[in-house]
Amino acid sequence: MDSKRRQFLQKTVQGAAVAACGGLVWAHLLRQEAAASVLALRPPGALAEVDFAAACIKCGQCAQACPYDTLRMARAEETVPIGTPYFIPRAIPCYMCTDIPCVPACPTGALDPQLKDISKARMGLAVIDAESCLSWQGLRCEVCYRVCPVKGDAISIQNHPRKTSKHALFVPIVHSEACTGCGMCEDACPTEEAAIRVINPKLVQGRIGSHYRLGWKSDTPITQEFKPTELPSTPSAPMPVEAPAPKTAPGMDTLNQGIEP
Amino acid sequence: MSAAFEPSRESSLSRNPVRLYTPPASFGGRLWGWRYLILRRVTQIGILLMFFGTLHWGWQFMGAPLLRGNLSASEFIGIVPLADPFAVLQQLVSGHWLHTTVLLGAAILLLFYVIAGRVFCAWVCPMNMVTDLAGWLRSKLGMNDLFRLSRSTRYWILVMALVLSAVMGVAAFEWVSPISMLHREIIYGIGLGLTAALGIFILDLLILKHGWCGHLCPLGAFFGLLGMKAWLRVRFDDRSCTHCGECARVCPEPHVLNLRKAAEKGRVDFGECTNCARCIPICPEDSLDLAWRWSVHPAPQTSNPNPTVRNVK
Repeated sequence: MDSKRRQFLQKTVQGAAVAACGGLVWAHLLRQEAAASVLALRPPGALAEVDFAAACIKCGQCAQACPYDTLRMARAEETVPIGTPYFIPRAIPCYMCTDIPCVPACPTGALDPQLKDISKARMGLAVIDAESCLSWQGLRCEVCYRVCPVKGDAISIQNHPRKTSKHALFVPIVHSEACTGCGMCEDACPTEEAAIRVINPKLVQGRIGSHYRLGWKSDTPITQEFKPTELPSTPSAPMPVEAPAPKTAPGMDTLNQGIEP
Repeated sequence: MSAAFEPSRESSLSRNPVRLYTPPASFGGRLWGWRYLILRRVTQIGILLMFFGTLHWGWQFMGAPLLRGNLSASEFIGIVPLADPFAVLQQLVSGHWLHTTVLLGAAILLLFYVIAGRVFCAWVCPMNMVTDLAGWLRSKLGMNDLFRLSRSTRYWILVMALVLSAVMGVAAFEWVSPISMLHREIIYGIGLGLTAALGIFILDLLILKHGWCGHLCPLGAFFGLLGMKAWLRVRFDDRSCTHCGECARVCPEPHVLNLRKAAEKGRVDFGECTNCARCIPICPEDSLDLAWRWSVHPAPQTSNPNPTVRNVK
């Protein structure tokens, strides 16, 4: 092989090597940034995170359209992919404007213009830390329930009667099918650190899977007599376990009843 | 000075004696010499100010927000969408189809830069002010380059940006772009992203002359490719040129001032030319000027410095 050709080949290989090294570092940076996206609460109508990351051009027009300055553009030092819009409920929550001005401001469709009803928005999911929630301690608080824009649907109050020496617990329960993740509850929560927080539902929501049969929910000859009188809503934190088995069926206890009598 | 500017022996005899640039004595004369610099700063700062004023002071035009967004994508007077065509290209390559608004915005600016050439870099980009300052300080300090780097590196980075966009599913350069960090933080609030601009300042000042804009920036490379057949060009008059080399001394992309080629075409015909017009006021013979492509008439070939070029068409 003549030396010119050899030199050319060597240069090409070396160039490719530099490009590959640079590309790996670059790709690593991108992965690092993308990993933070699960922590961000996005504007209403935001596409699923992967699509949102691809579609958001980071122009900030949604943030400008927001009349409450709720939306902010992530800076380099924040743990949110750089330049993307997000909000911090404890600072300024989403006030759920009925005309949703942020969505039509988006030029790329990263915020889905199909969203016309703000109560259909899913910015996050409110989660209650029962250990610091005043209501769960036995105080009458219920502030989150009162400020919730989807009151009654997204947050409801359940009363749990207790022993005669104590008054009943009036505890807030979040229902994921109605919670928009606006964060007004988190903003209003009176505890030092909010006991109710909005986070990406992916971080907390489980999925039962189709292989489990909730027998008492379907009428089969074996299970129909085991139906509990009233099924409690699922609380978002573990509850004190200290209850005698109810009378309805053998095998029914606090595990599937979940109420401190 | 590279070989391109060296006049051949025979032609230099036929040329006028070489005069170097001397700054005018009067302040007015100096100001006139800075006319393009001042205009560039006015457009660069003016565009940022329009974004900033619309966001923070509610600037309006006939009831519509004057200029909403930032340099990545924006909306002018409530109707005209504008978008960075390179950012949109990366997003499309990442496999996500975008809405018409941003595609139209990108098409508008794409057309503009195809006509006007690589003017984004010299007339719009806020990083230009950072690198110009670094370049000016560098010339005062008389720094030498730490290493040599091919100016085509930026095209490799451009290709890499598109490949990574496709592989990673996000606009690869947009996610790390120091330019986007700079204008975003100027408009929406200062943060740590400015360290990227600081890094570029240090690179340009201490390590490599025109390191960022001339060697690395894939956005500049992209606009350079768009502007290869630009209508707006620097016109070159070979008859008056004495090959003094002053233009190449101030040019941030000196290889575009290949005077042999320029004489042949009557213009500086490189996409990499940013139409910054630094060369125009510095030319002692007024051989350079901004002009439309079609108004340029190449000089008669008799004055061509290289007789061998004349016959090659």
